[in-house]
Amino acid sequence: MDFELSDDQRLLQDSITRLLGDRYAFEQRKGYVKAPEGFSAAMWSQYAELGLLGLPFAEDYGGFGGGAQEIMLVMQAFGRALILEPYLATVVLGGTALKVAGSDAQKAELLPAIAEGRMKLAFAHSERQARYDLTDVVTTAKRGAGGWVLDGAKSVVVHGEAADRLVLSARTSGDRHDADGITLFLVDTTASGLARRGYATRDEQRAADVALSGVAVSNADVLGEVGNGLAIVERIVEAGIAATAAEAIGAMEAMHSMTLEYSKTREQFGKPIGSYQVVQHRLADMFMAMEQGRSMAMLATMMVEQPDDDERARKIAQAKVGVGQAARYVAQSAIQMHGGIGMTEEYAVGHYFRRCMVIERLFGDPAYYLQKLAEDLS
Amino acid sequence: MDLRFTPEETTFREEVRAFIRDNLPTDIRDRMRLGHGPRKEDTVRWQRILNKQGWAGLSWPKEWGGPGWTAIQKMIFLEENQVAPAPELSSFNITMIGPVLIQFGTDAQKQRFLPRAANLDDWWCQGFSEPGAGSDLASLKTAAKRDGDFYVVNGQKIWTSTAHQADWCFVLVRTNPNAAKRQEGISFLLVDMKTPGITVRPIISIDGSHHLNEVFFDDVKVPVAMRVYEENKGWDVAKFLLGNERTGIARLGKSKERVKAAKAMAQEVNANGRPLIQDAAFRQRVAQLEIDMQALEITQYRVVSAYDKAKGSGRPDPLSSVLKVKGTELLQATTELAMDVAGPLSMPVWAEELAAMNEPDDMLEAASASTGSYLFLRAASIYGGTNEIQKNILTKAVLGL
Repeated sequence: MDFELSDDQRLLQDSITRLLGDRYAFEQRKGYVKAPEGFSAAMWSQYAELGLLGLPFAEDYGGFGGGAQEIMLVMQAFGRALILEPYLATVVLGGTALKVAGSDAQKAELLPAIAEGRMKLAFAHSERQARYDLTDVVTTAKRGAGGWVLDGAKSVVVHGEAADRLVLSARTSGDRHDADGITLFLVDTTASGLARRGYATRDEQRAADVALSGVAVSNADVLGEVGNGLAIVERIVEAGIAATAAEAIGAMEAMHSMTLEYSKTREQFGKPIGSYQVVQHRLADMFMAMEQGRSMAMLATMMVEQPDDDERARKIAQAKVGVGQAARYVAQSAIQMHGGIGMTEEYAVGHYFRRCMVIERLFGDPAYYLQKLAEDLS
Repeated sequence: MDLRFTPEETTFREEVRAFIRDNLPTDIRDRMRLGHGPRKEDTVRWQRILNKQGWAGLSWPKEWGGPGWTAIQKMIFLEENQVAPAPELSSFNITMIGPVLIQFGTDAQKQRFLPRAANLDDWWCQGFSEPGAGSDLASLKTAAKRDGDFYVVNGQKIWTSTAHQADWCFVLVRTNPNAAKRQEGISFLLVDMKTPGITVRPIISIDGSHHLNEVFFDDVKVPVAMRVYEENKGWDVAKFLLGNERTGIARLGKSKERVKAAKAMAQEVNANGRPLIQDAAFRQRVAQLEIDMQALEITQYRVVSAYDKAKGSGRPDPLSSVLKVKGTELLQATTELAMDVAGPLSMPVWAEELAAMNEPDDMLEAASASTGSYLFLRAASIYGGTNEIQKNILTKAVLGL
């Protein structure tokens, strides 16, 4: 175990921090939210130029050979700046799907395009009735001429609107809750029969509901083995949990330092509120929660590439709960310590609060995973 | 950064586990498995076995008999030792006075005390708190007046753990009552507990055990050669010691071991017509504790790694306060769990009388011991600097308020 950043990692961190410092101040971000896509296309190009979009991919595919730790550094910086671009959807979720299950041809086609900023992906797995249950898939894929025909619907597909392709799950056999019989497809979002309805989520990012009606895909668009998609879905979700855990740490850092700063300048009863012990201890509690959360985000990161399936799933579930609980405490405390100003749309704290609220629910909330861990107690 | 255990660290863990399995005396292991604390002779016997192996010095440098471990290895050892469960190394000897002498002691003090501390030939205790100086430690009044080659010590210490078993005590005394700042008039002395004028009086704690004491000093003569570091600079020594104390105080392995034992007992006891282990609320409570322990484990690795790298600064890492607060919260939560699992069996005081009347009853004995731990560990959020004081430290040192 070594917690010190390597020189390359430090360089990576510095260059992202510098870029976001120049281009992603809270006021600048307000402009990006208003863009038709709901994020900044120019920033997306910047990420490509900086190598962030190809960061976790092998050099053969135009990538930089990074791993979960490099993603952690990026996501943490993104969390501090509240970035809006579809990095999680494209590079982390889509990228993991391709890394874990993509054929050589699929990787050769898509990974360089992602790295260059020409291709965006989204992960279309969750369905309205499924809540957080990964096996609950009723969208179907039936054999058709030269491939498959998809019918069904996917709900709250993060950045589904911006995506060029979807990593989409459908049932090729079995019943609604069966672990077997789920298959992943790479689906072009311009395919006939595919309709998307985009909307804003509470964190000012974009998501879409996707309806599929007789969408034809070829055999070459099958990702991984037919009927064995669940294991891939789990790997994608685990990578997503680790990445958003790091993002939540960045958001917590921002909230904690804003709150600390505020406590030094805001005066009541003739003194800065930070001079009162009741406020000091709340800040100390926020700090401890954040540090415990940070440890859990690190745990999730170190587990993403862990080969033992059960160990990986269990530790990542623990991290999901730990980070979710920490972020909720820090976010709620940040608003409380700010008082009225923390409630306002013009102030950044509430925006971090809402991003943490969304992260807490992506891929399953703490109560869901706690229940799962309780059931699997050894 | 590499957040995984290296193959060497994994091998090291296996090596430690195997050594403890093969060398921990069975009678000690059996007692501890039932949740009893180690007896003095258990601790001595085990620490000597570890010392022979070259492991007792834990974080000490190699020249003073330390094993030369990295911070990560040190934590791995502590955890394996606690989980075994084996008696813990004497923290007074190994975590407190040892590092203090290595950092601040004279050559004569090091040579005289360090090998004996490692082998537990001397049992040390800590004379810090006083009736009027608890959280506000710097207000301590026990006075040491210089008289030739001696200090003459008068005053009283309290909450002195194991003073009744100790050979030596490291004591904070006031050598300059007129110092501009209270912290500047304090010195750090090594006191032989056999010195005339010392009286030890027991304090029985709510678990019924004799662990705590009052120690009275009545014209106790302490050679000047037994002062550590400069006169009136004892506060620097104390801060260094307390920082070290905090890094080991979480005792996470103890919490882990306790949860494991509670789960085992939950298979045996009944709740609503089925084993308690099948109860959904119980399982969630355990799952939550396991999450909190996991988080603290990583935090602990982070803090000790950073602490090791910063060695030599002589300043405690304020992040160690996080370990103290979170670790003691877990010690309390896990003993609470164990006692709740024991249910009605947690009420009897398992004493000699029961032993005499009954067949040996492991479950009753473990249940009773869990209540003892629950009661005693209410002190965990008080000792080593209360958790409120730890938050003050964080506020000042980390948050800059």
